[in-house]
Amino acid sequence: MNEANKSLILNNPFIPEPARIVRTYYLTEDVKFFQVRIAKMEKALSFDYRPGQFAMISVLGAGEAPFSISSTPSRPGLLEFCIRKTGVVTNAIFRLKENDLIGLRGPYGNGFPIEKMINKDVLIVMGGLGAAPLRSVLLYSLDNRDLFGRVILLHGAKRPAEMIFREEFFSLKDRDDLECLLAVDGDDTGEWKEKIGVVTTLFPHLKEIEPSNTYAIVCGPPVMYKFVLKELVNLDIPKHQILMTLERRMKCGVGKCGHCAIDYIYTCLDGPVFTYWNVIHMRELI
Amino acid sequence: MRIIKLEKKNLFPFLKIVSEDADLWAPVRKYKDRHVFSLIEDFSQIDLRYTRTIIPPRKIMLPSSLDMYTATEKRYDVNFSHVSKKILFGIHPCDIHGLLIMDRFYSQIFDDPYYSQARADTLILAHSCWPDEYCLCKSTHTHIVEEGYDLFFTDLEDYYLVWIGSSQGDDLIRAKPEFFDENLTDKDIQSFMDWGERRDKAFQTEINFAAMPDLMELKYTHPLWEKLGTACLACGSCTNVCPTCNCYNVTDNPVLNEEKSIITRQWDACTLESYSEVAGGENFREKRSDRLKLWYTHKLQAYVSKYGKPACVGCGRCLVTCPVDINVKTVGDALEGKDVDAFWNRLSREVTK
Repeated sequence: MNEANKSLILNNPFIPEPARIVRTYYLTEDVKFFQVRIAKMEKALSFDYRPGQFAMISVLGAGEAPFSISSTPSRPGLLEFCIRKTGVVTNAIFRLKENDLIGLRGPYGNGFPIEKMINKDVLIVMGGLGAAPLRSVLLYSLDNRDLFGRVILLHGAKRPAEMIFREEFFSLKDRDDLECLLAVDGDDTGEWKEKIGVVTTLFPHLKEIEPSNTYAIVCGPPVMYKFVLKELVNLDIPKHQILMTLERRMKCGVGKCGHCAIDYIYTCLDGPVFTYWNVIHMRELI
Repeated sequence: MRIIKLEKKNLFPFLKIVSEDADLWAPVRKYKDRHVFSLIEDFSQIDLRYTRTIIPPRKIMLPSSLDMYTATEKRYDVNFSHVSKKILFGIHPCDIHGLLIMDRFYSQIFDDPYYSQARADTLILAHSCWPDEYCLCKSTHTHIVEEGYDLFFTDLEDYYLVWIGSSQGDDLIRAKPEFFDENLTDKDIQSFMDWGERRDKAFQTEINFAAMPDLMELKYTHPLWEKLGTACLACGSCTNVCPTCNCYNVTDNPVLNEEKSIITRQWDACTLESYSEVAGGENFREKRSDRLKLWYTHKLQAYVSKYGKPACVGCGRCLVTCPVDINVKTVGDALEGKDVDAFWNRLSREVTK
């Protein structure tokens, strides 16, 4: 590689880093888990991110798309993603095997305001693939357990087989420093011992919340937000302490391509984490 | 800043000298009264009696299709072949303001090297203009420039007054100082003042930009948007011709029989249906009215709140381009509550006639 090319790559936010798939397996029928390590050791160790940030992942011949980082920066070196097979890029990612190479650049976006959440209670509400970005902040709060007050997880899925990180979350139920409530809309196995119903049916089972001292974090399918936000407002959690992370089409991740614009904001720069108050007047939100 | 004088007969000889080792881009007549910025090979092509070009000069920095890099699994080779030493001659004040907005946009937070490298190698030799019935730049206060050019030629019929706006501009003058006269007479100054006054009076069109941010907010759910959405062809022309539009798409183009891809960025438009579609088919802006609203909100409201002025430079391109009269003037007037004579407003009557 000549020197000119080197310097143009160095100052070029669009050029990915080659990264290797360390492990991959199915979480559900159409969601796969990917553990990834940036090929260059020094880059792998210096990849510094916050829970809630995302990365652009590219597959040669298919293209590039944004993915939330599901791992926590408190466990550096490896990055984890859970990816649903939906489009051209994700179909190509699904065909890749362990030790295959992808392109990776980032981290991008604002991430969760961890500094503001310190000493506060953290209520995490996730539905379906919403667990992908929220697993990062969940694991981060468990790895730094002393920094936070109560940590509460509400997780809903359609069926037991569709609950991603099912085993991981079940094992968390044994911890006495985490309140973990799980629900499925319907149980087709006959073996589900947790709650049945949409994620909002878990709210009556919550031990009393101290609203002003609570940060709520929500992510899930569009239909979930309306109902969950209503519950959170009913609990009197201030709208600026309700955090949500949004999905938009993105082609650059660095505020240039324009695809993720909503009214005033670029999801990739100003988000993907927003407070409910930030977005309450944005009519094309979710 | 320094102002000097140039005899008209010396303009092209001067351009010839300074563009010897650079690509010269200037306005050329395409057909009838339509002009384009073109790479000049023959100086007789240059036509300075133009008002606006079809496509704004940002195409010179970022072409409509640009190969960013070649990817293999293990390495990436960047492509900057669009960067070359360029002189952009004949650009008008509105387009300079357009470039100033692009400069700020592409450099903020993350610098876009594909734009900034091309821009850094481009000298701006601007030319004064005279408004037609579509020019709105007095309303946006972009009919004059204080920065963003290297040289600015003001046409005072018998000669040019030349503003030197940068040290690179001054270096160009030093290539042929004998063409220029440093001594301006009181008469020269008076002719310039008279010219400015005549030009100020020549503007025929205006809109109330100051009212737009509040009106966009107050009329967010106004039936006007549905009316515009019904007429809009979703062709994306307004975006292609707007000096402040910057959206692009990126595609991965595999090279046959080789384990590599060329990654290309192409102009995109938020008015096109596929623009906000995410994987799985969810589209956050399926309706044309919603997409138009984004276009106008971004330019007339969002930019004002972020930078203190709208992302409209009043060039009038959307006015002459949109086939159904959806443009910053008709939309602005309609937001103000005026009854607008435009195709989109007459649509139900004309189509059912």
